[in-house]
Amino acid sequence: MKYLLFLGCVIPYRIPSYEISARKVLEKLGVELVEMPEFNCCGLPIDSVDHDAMLLLAARNLCLAEKENLDILTLCPGCAGTLRKVNKRLAEDKKLKEHINSILKTIGLKVQGGKIRVTHLIQMLLEDVGLNKIKGTVEKPLNDLKVAEHNGCHILRPTKYIGFDDPENPVILKNLIETTGAQCLDYLYETDCCGAPIVGVNDEIPLRLAGDKLRNIKAVNAEALITVCPFCHMMFDINQPRIERLLNEKFGLPVLHYPQLLGLAMGLDAKELALNELRVDATKIKQKTSPLSEV
Amino acid sequence: MSEKKTTVNSKSMTLIKMGNIDPTFKYELTNVSGNERLKLCFQCGTCTADCPIARFSEIYHPRKLIRMTQLGMKDKILESEALWLCAACFTCVDHCPQGVDIASVFRALRNIAVREGIVPAVFRELTDNILKTGYAYRIPELRHKKRAEVNLPVLPKANTDDITKLFEIISVSKVMKKEK
Repeated sequence: MKYLLFLGCVIPYRIPSYEISARKVLEKLGVELVEMPEFNCCGLPIDSVDHDAMLLLAARNLCLAEKENLDILTLCPGCAGTLRKVNKRLAEDKKLKEHINSILKTIGLKVQGGKIRVTHLIQMLLEDVGLNKIKGTVEKPLNDLKVAEHNGCHILRPTKYIGFDDPENPVILKNLIETTGAQCLDYLYETDCCGAPIVGVNDEIPLRLAGDKLRNIKAVNAEALITVCPFCHMMFDINQPRIERLLNEKFGLPVLHYPQLLGLAMGLDAKELALNELRVDATKIKQKTSPLSEV
Repeated sequence: MSEKKTTVNSKSMTLIKMGNIDPTFKYELTNVSGNERLKLCFQCGTCTADCPIARFSEIYHPRKLIRMTQLGMKDKILESEALWLCAACFTCVDHCPQGVDIASVFRALRNIAVREGIVPAVFRELTDNILKTGYAYRIPELRHKKRAEVNLPVLPKANTDDITKLFEIISVSKVMKKEK
């Protein structure tokens, strides 16, 4: 298993803990990562400004992967959704491909579309690694731990471009969580967006929306929230103190990246998995999962 | 746009003068790939009912924005803050019984607003960052140093010459300089 790692912008900018833990866990699973040279923003943030700019940025990234003849692996659902959608549209829409290639020609590139596959971490873990192999790497099952999950919209929707899991009742991340021995609980408004994409235009709406989700997660007595998206993580972890101030309500809910949870179950050290980089204190989770390690 | 508040059957309604709407506006949208089904919206309101943002906003109603687009209330839409509140979670796209790609319509409306010089500051910044660094965010020097400390590979440098060339052809750079 060998992939081109598409890191995107948010992870190196704000969420290194996701990258650190993902690399550690993937190494243990025997997944080989090749660094992607000269990649640029996937294109998603600029779609609102100019649709063609988004298509060109995404197509340029796809060209780089086509050259290497390797599938793209992303940790960010936004990057996965965008690259996958553009990859599919280029493969199916000849006119669109001609238009994009007529512009890419000026930088000496030509995109084929559909030549390589774009996958997100959890899709790769399910489809390429497999639940059984993951279970086999678990050395310290987290049997006493109760958590909740938040998928990240672009892994699931829009169905017409993505076609992965059931967007109304997603189970794949839950199944992945349960390989660690932890129990994954249901909660109200589970599939709702975290609101992150409109931060900067309006901050109060996303903070209230994420706060509502945190309240619903606390209501089922989950001890941690598990995410697989840097934007969602930023919303629930980095912004949790802001949400608490706005709503005058205390949550104190640790938010872990899925690879951090899996890594703990694999017996990896909490520090190695960058749990100390989380904004919301995760000491309780560390104590529960590796009582002997330094906390 | 001039509007007159009036009372009909004791409910407050807003009258919009025909002269202030552009009935051809909808075709500007349906000509964009993905938006072909815009005219099929029959205002059932599923989009608004299922929208997580609408639960927390007084002004964001996807159903209303779609109706305003069908009617051609161009100025009112382009000047509205609501246009920028869609989080692109695609719940409405999945649920619309008429198959309208609502998020795609809003994205196309935003693109029109940008061409008219209406761009929220955060989008100006993102575009500028991409042009200058290839990344949507300015990654501080400290982050690069910290990567080395924890043995993460050096972050590849993007080819900004390529991006500049591409953006010049589609005149993104020029459009972003325009201000309303």
